[in-house]
Amino acid sequence: MDYEKIGLLAGIEIHQQLDTKEKLFCRCPTLLRKTEEHSGEYHRYLRATESEMGEIDDAAREEMKSERKFTYYTYDSTCLVENDEEPPAPLNQEALVLSLTIAKMFGMTPIEQVNTMRKLVIDGSNTSGFQRTALIAINGTLPNGGKIETLCLEEEAAQRVEGETFSLDRLGIPLVEITTSPCMHTPEEVREMAGYLGMVLRSTGKVKRGLGTIRQDVNISIKGGARIEVKGVQELDLVADVVKREAERQQNLIMIRDKLVSRRASVQPDPVDVTGLFAGTGSAILKKAKKILAVRLDGFSGLVGYEIQPGRRLGTEMSDYAKKCGVGGIFHTDELPAYGITTEEVNALHRSLGTTENDCIVLVAATPKQAQCAALQVVKRARLALDGVPEETRKMLPEGNTAYMRPLPGAARMYPETDVLPVIVGESVWDIIALPELLTARARRFSTELGLDDGMARQIAFSERLPLFERSVSEGINPTLAARTILGTLKEIQRDGADVSMIPDDRFIEVLHEVESGKAAKEAIPEILKMIAKGTGTQEAIKKCAPSVSREQLHAIITKIVDERAAFVKQKGNAALAPLMGVVMAEVRGSSDGKVVSELLRKEIERVCNS
Amino acid sequence: MEQLETGDRVECTYGGSRLNGTYITDRDGKAVIKLDSGYNIGVGRTTCRFLERPPPVKRPELSTVQDESLPSLSIISTGGTIASRIDYRTGAVTSQFDADDILRAIPGLSGIARYQTRQLYTILSENMTPAIWQELATAVHKEINNGATGVIVTHGTDTMSFSSAAVSFMVDTPVPVIFVGSQRSADRPSSDNTMNALCSATAAVSPLGEVAVVMHATTSDDRCAIHRATRVRKMHTSRRDAFQSIGIPPLGFVDYPSLNVDLSPEAVRRGSSEPAIRPSLDESCRLLYFYPGMPPSTLPGPGDVHGLVLAGTGLGHVSTGWIPHLKLLADEGTVIMMTSQCLNGRVCDRVYDTGRDLLKIGVIEGADTLPEVALVKMMWVLGNEKDPEKQRLLLSTSLKGECMGRSLHGL
Repeated sequence: MDYEKIGLLAGIEIHQQLDTKEKLFCRCPTLLRKTEEHSGEYHRYLRATESEMGEIDDAAREEMKSERKFTYYTYDSTCLVENDEEPPAPLNQEALVLSLTIAKMFGMTPIEQVNTMRKLVIDGSNTSGFQRTALIAINGTLPNGGKIETLCLEEEAAQRVEGETFSLDRLGIPLVEITTSPCMHTPEEVREMAGYLGMVLRSTGKVKRGLGTIRQDVNISIKGGARIEVKGVQELDLVADVVKREAERQQNLIMIRDKLVSRRASVQPDPVDVTGLFAGTGSAILKKAKKILAVRLDGFSGLVGYEIQPGRRLGTEMSDYAKKCGVGGIFHTDELPAYGITTEEVNALHRSLGTTENDCIVLVAATPKQAQCAALQVVKRARLALDGVPEETRKMLPEGNTAYMRPLPGAARMYPETDVLPVIVGESVWDIIALPELLTARARRFSTELGLDDGMARQIAFSERLPLFERSVSEGINPTLAARTILGTLKEIQRDGADVSMIPDDRFIEVLHEVESGKAAKEAIPEILKMIAKGTGTQEAIKKCAPSVSREQLHAIITKIVDERAAFVKQKGNAALAPLMGVVMAEVRGSSDGKVVSELLRKEIERVCNS
Repeated sequence: MEQLETGDRVECTYGGSRLNGTYITDRDGKAVIKLDSGYNIGVGRTTCRFLERPPPVKRPELSTVQDESLPSLSIISTGGTIASRIDYRTGAVTSQFDADDILRAIPGLSGIARYQTRQLYTILSENMTPAIWQELATAVHKEINNGATGVIVTHGTDTMSFSSAAVSFMVDTPVPVIFVGSQRSADRPSSDNTMNALCSATAAVSPLGEVAVVMHATTSDDRCAIHRATRVRKMHTSRRDAFQSIGIPPLGFVDYPSLNVDLSPEAVRRGSSEPAIRPSLDESCRLLYFYPGMPPSTLPGPGDVHGLVLAGTGLGHVSTGWIPHLKLLADEGTVIMMTSQCLNGRVCDRVYDTGRDLLKIGVIEGADTLPEVALVKMMWVLGNEKDPEKQRLLLSTSLKGECMGRSLHGL
């Protein structure tokens, strides 16, 4: 696809959890819990509040279409602030300084006086019904010449357990939100910039790692299309796909719009009650429904069923809108007869509404209240199709497609958090912030100063265990040994089932020291670490896995083995080295370094051959 | 530099950008600007340039329709934030009060009753005074006489139990008089105001016939408790279920969202008394919270006050050293009543020597009356009865359920 020709413009909004000791507005730890550990639960309803103009924010109104009862799980690591039962504590200073550090790394200008705001979010993920957020800095730069517009410090939302149940452990963890301008022009560029932003964030060494700790929202538009915000792209690898598929969706919606206009298509605003038509239907869903409403889309035939993304049609978009009213989905005549609805029933439907094969009819079946709500949502979405691409917030589906979530929220959903005092960011605070070394610069340094090969240098610099590596090296461990053990051995033994999180850094470094001083062989490292992971003490583990063998003892063992196989050695000469290595190593069970064994063995073979 | 007014459109040059926004106010030496993105920032005043002063925003007049077939309720507001609105232009939260405002903010109310509203005061409840309790009682009595099916008083939660007790002593009511408030601000989607308001309106049309406080019973949005006005206390600074009946179970519950009312047999029923008011109060009364080592000089001098309520330790004690000083007060005619800091349980000054000495000098045992309720009661009794013997009798008798002969309820 020629992205320049279609005028692709994309921007990124990155949300990164910060690894602070405490949450943003309470003194609880930033600790994620298993839901089965929850200590209690309670229930709440949320209601959209009215603005000065008697208006409710569009996005908030959308979430209000069905009355929802939310359940929240509490833990011994959460408090009344997460429960929305206590005013917030002052803004976490550690999080503020960290977000300022990140702002400085992007060359941004800090806001002199930081004001915390309440952003209405009534999908249940915030117990208060709003998310606290503060604009910290503006105007940064990206390597592609693009601009970072804003950096905000926000509180993380509660994690959805299932349905309308949320877990409060995550609520309130600080996160930075970095918003770029729409300065990217191809899917690959978006992926590259997202990667760059992530790298800079990780360079602080103070951000959370692992799935869900960083999320990308992507803003995408094409010429003649509209700004779409895709929420929650968790994997970097999917960013480019999401952009590609959204560009494709917008192109198709524009094409559909053009066809509708040329057909003089129109949407009939009043849904028609057709419950009676389906009195004897074989369709289980229709039979069950108390009310069936039909929406007449004149001139839409074939276009509602037209695929706009792999596996998704205009009809799917209508269905997404209708689902906001609590219905399971819709039927449309482009896909009928099917689902137990017969040709006769479709014909009867057309006759009853006075429509022809050029038209499309959408059916919704539910309770009277839900059906009315859903039918009007279908009308709304169908009308938007006449204009092309509606501005929306969408969520990412697993394979890179997107589905409608809600309209784009406006400024109407922000008002001040009066319980948090503004914070002055003076020059003295800003000036003393030291910039961390970028991971890319660190990788270069590991390669030039520590002699790691380029691949390994980059891998260790970007590894979650970078701090362990740096500490090991600063305590005198050979960098290559440290990097290999961290990148290779730890991964291997984890694959074998060892819980490497149970190996304290101190013990890890102690083991490497013992190996370097010859008290344990390199070959024994995996076994030693496995035992430590199970709770065995370092020295005991070394003793058990690799009982210390002195050079004299080793010499004696090798001499014995070589002498017993003198004939074989004489016959094979130096070629006997490899098979004998195996015999010796089995005998010493990894307690000797392979290099030393091979050196001694070579000498012994020479001795026997020369005798 | 132009003088800026709240709501003015401004352009600020900041960090190399031109930012458009709305001027809100000056705070701590910075101009607070609401950017068009919705965020507020504080920047140097000189970075902002006046653009224009938009015409004032007129709120559309959206009137609500009241169902004349429903019972009539009177809502008296004293400044609680049962209905408030966010001004998205400036972000300020303003407290609003007329029937339309309330019904728009809490649409469910219109299905329960029709409403008459009266804004008596707009004050924080810590600024309440006995004089305002008197005005409030008079207003409540008037609404009852005008034939209201029930009266709702919206009130700040801090001193709501003082006001509810005061109205309870001053007014005899055949209909429910319901005090209601909100622990979490009304601007937040999670506010307890909606459920509390719906439950209080439901309680106000119920068979109840006394003054009560209706607030969240638990941290969940599942039910409100109906508390007797003279037995209720705010027991938490911020939780939704801060209000608790002390020493007795609540008079009943209103389930949410079903709004089913369940009244206990102890609750006074509608029509049990004739409307009456005795609003006199003697404000020359004090409440003292005793602590170990508290100097007797803290006490008012002989003849300084007419009534003194002590929140004593345990069963109702102050230090032995206080007894001669209290005797001087009592001898000069100050009525002294003992209550307990324990809040739960009953005063008994017949167990230890100090207690017996207190009784000897004429201190009245407050039984299980809560200290704050005892103070309000003391003001009311001394205001309406001048005969010392009758005063003692009234103070020792339960007038509005404030004290009981039997201790039924544990902690």
